[in-house]
Amino acid sequence: MNALQNKPEQTDTILYIDGVTVDFDGFRALNALSFYVLAGELRAIIGPNGAGKTTMMDVVTGKTRPSSGMVYFNGTVDLTRLDEARIANLGIGRKFQKPTVFENQSVFENLELALSGKRGVFESLLFRLNGEQRDRVDEILETIALTAQRHDRAGSLSHGQKQWLEIGMLLMQDPDLLLIDEPVAGMTDAETAQTRQLLTSIAGKRSVVVVEHDMEFVRELDCRVTVLHEGSVLAEGVMAAVQNDERVIEVYLGRGD
Amino acid sequence: MAFGRAPLIATLLGDTGGQILLALLITAAVLVPVLNLAVPPASAFHVPTYVVSLTGKYLCFAMLALSLDLVWGFCGILSLGHGAFFALGGYAMGMHLMREIGDRGVYGNAELPDFMVFLNWKELPWYWHGFDNFAFALLMVMLVPGLLAFVFGWLAFRSRVTGVYLSIITQAMTFALMLAFFRNDMGFGGNNGMTDFKDVLGFNLQAPATRSALFALTGLLLAAAYVVCRGIVGSRLGRVLLAVRDAESRTRFLGYRVEHYKLFVFTVSGVLAGIAGALYVPQVGIINPSEFSPATSIEVVVWAAVGGRGTLYGAVLGGILVNFGKSYFTGALPEAWLYVLGFLFIAVTLFLPKGIVGLIPGLIHRRRTALRKKQAAASPLAVARPHTGEVR
Repeated sequence: MNALQNKPEQTDTILYIDGVTVDFDGFRALNALSFYVLAGELRAIIGPNGAGKTTMMDVVTGKTRPSSGMVYFNGTVDLTRLDEARIANLGIGRKFQKPTVFENQSVFENLELALSGKRGVFESLLFRLNGEQRDRVDEILETIALTAQRHDRAGSLSHGQKQWLEIGMLLMQDPDLLLIDEPVAGMTDAETAQTRQLLTSIAGKRSVVVVEHDMEFVRELDCRVTVLHEGSVLAEGVMAAVQNDERVIEVYLGRGD
Repeated sequence: MAFGRAPLIATLLGDTGGQILLALLITAAVLVPVLNLAVPPASAFHVPTYVVSLTGKYLCFAMLALSLDLVWGFCGILSLGHGAFFALGGYAMGMHLMREIGDRGVYGNAELPDFMVFLNWKELPWYWHGFDNFAFALLMVMLVPGLLAFVFGWLAFRSRVTGVYLSIITQAMTFALMLAFFRNDMGFGGNNGMTDFKDVLGFNLQAPATRSALFALTGLLLAAAYVVCRGIVGSRLGRVLLAVRDAESRTRFLGYRVEHYKLFVFTVSGVLAGIAGALYVPQVGIINPSEFSPATSIEVVVWAAVGGRGTLYGAVLGGILVNFGKSYFTGALPEAWLYVLGFLFIAVTLFLPKGIVGLIPGLIHRRRTALRKKQAAASPLAVARPHTGEVR
């Protein structure tokens, strides 16, 4: 029934969510949600609108406090007590559903701002980029295929490129866990394929959780899939198994697409 | 990119508008006093003392506009209460100047300012102590507005009050202060405020030499304030501020404590506004609660918008030009000024979103394009290359 039958070893679990409930004025966005993600794992999360996917990300990244439940990062850190900035600095990066980059700054500057390091006001005032950090930006530019656009204003990029830039910014943070909300929305087929490669190449060293509506894309990611419905896990497993689950077909795949 | 050079110098070297501004300010700080003091009044080059003080006043307003642009243009904090910081700096200076009067007041009381004698006060309120000391007064000029900005900002930014809600509470803040300062019991001279100042550091405030010195000081301090602001916005901190302005939650999820950044820049801005107020008071000779009025603070926003938001030098230009216009119109057509101001704001918002300074690159671009077209027409083989957007 439930995927969370055996509690995993603490050491290889990067994210452990247990019994998380979020109420918004009577609307239960998350209902005793429990699942875990392993270190280095690529995980896809699907579910109909209102299933609680974004709320789950809000809880993990500190934007929303759950009314009950536990969220542990790396086995020991209780994320429900920390704020967004702290959680980000612990090594959790988040990409928003709508690509959000600093439109008035160059691609290079966007990445540089995301560079891991001290985030204090006075450190920023006196900050100077060193050669090593510059190489790191160059490396990520290469990874997200934006080397040629490095001096362009981020606002002038195409929709797909902005998505990549945002993923690149997450990589600059050097996170252990990336939460990626709808990475291929509005992308061309070629861009989608490139994004898939990018995400698969990131996983392994880091854990990647992808929320996506594009079923074809999720199938091609070829990873474990968690289906959310009404704020809790409905099914979990490989895509083929999930797709054949009766309840999944009923609430999600059977409807519309 | 700044390699090998001190970042501040590199930043300034890349800022043409700022260089022009600094050159103009320093020139004016030297030239205007010379033209006032050394050139005989009969000469066409003589600058009368009232013009010196009037221009000095414009420079104070320019500094206020600069301080607003730092928070509004670069961090998206639209403060509609910046006049409060200006006024507090002004009051701190005014209190010193009142103490300087000593027994030369109408009532000849060496200890108490006239308005306290008039109210039958027997002794100086505790918060007036120390203001007879110039250094203490200077400290208060920066500390009081800075502290208000810090406490207000701490409460507002920590609670994540943003956008129009923040603007409204800044407006409420200055309004509340205005009502408080109107009260005689507050001990700041009620609705009359403070005036009849005699001298500062022993120099007669009516003397042309003092006026010229105050003007020069204002020009140089405005230049220094500009360098400070440019240094802030040119650093990585400045780019974090832009990031907050353009995508606050993105910045937060990158691990930046957005509220700390806002608090820092808001406090710096409050201090600068306070200094501007302190320079203003000895030059105009009066400070009263009208400086706290909400309309005054809104005007500051108009200055920055007209000059060009988010450029710093644009705000300085706007502060000077709009106030020059105000002096002209309130003399020529007193009733028309508010309409002109309103019209100006609407026109700038609709047609010149980058303000007056935003026109300049456009004009240069147009001339270049025209030139290129001419060249292309002259040699049929030459292909006019399209303009490829901004080059960094």
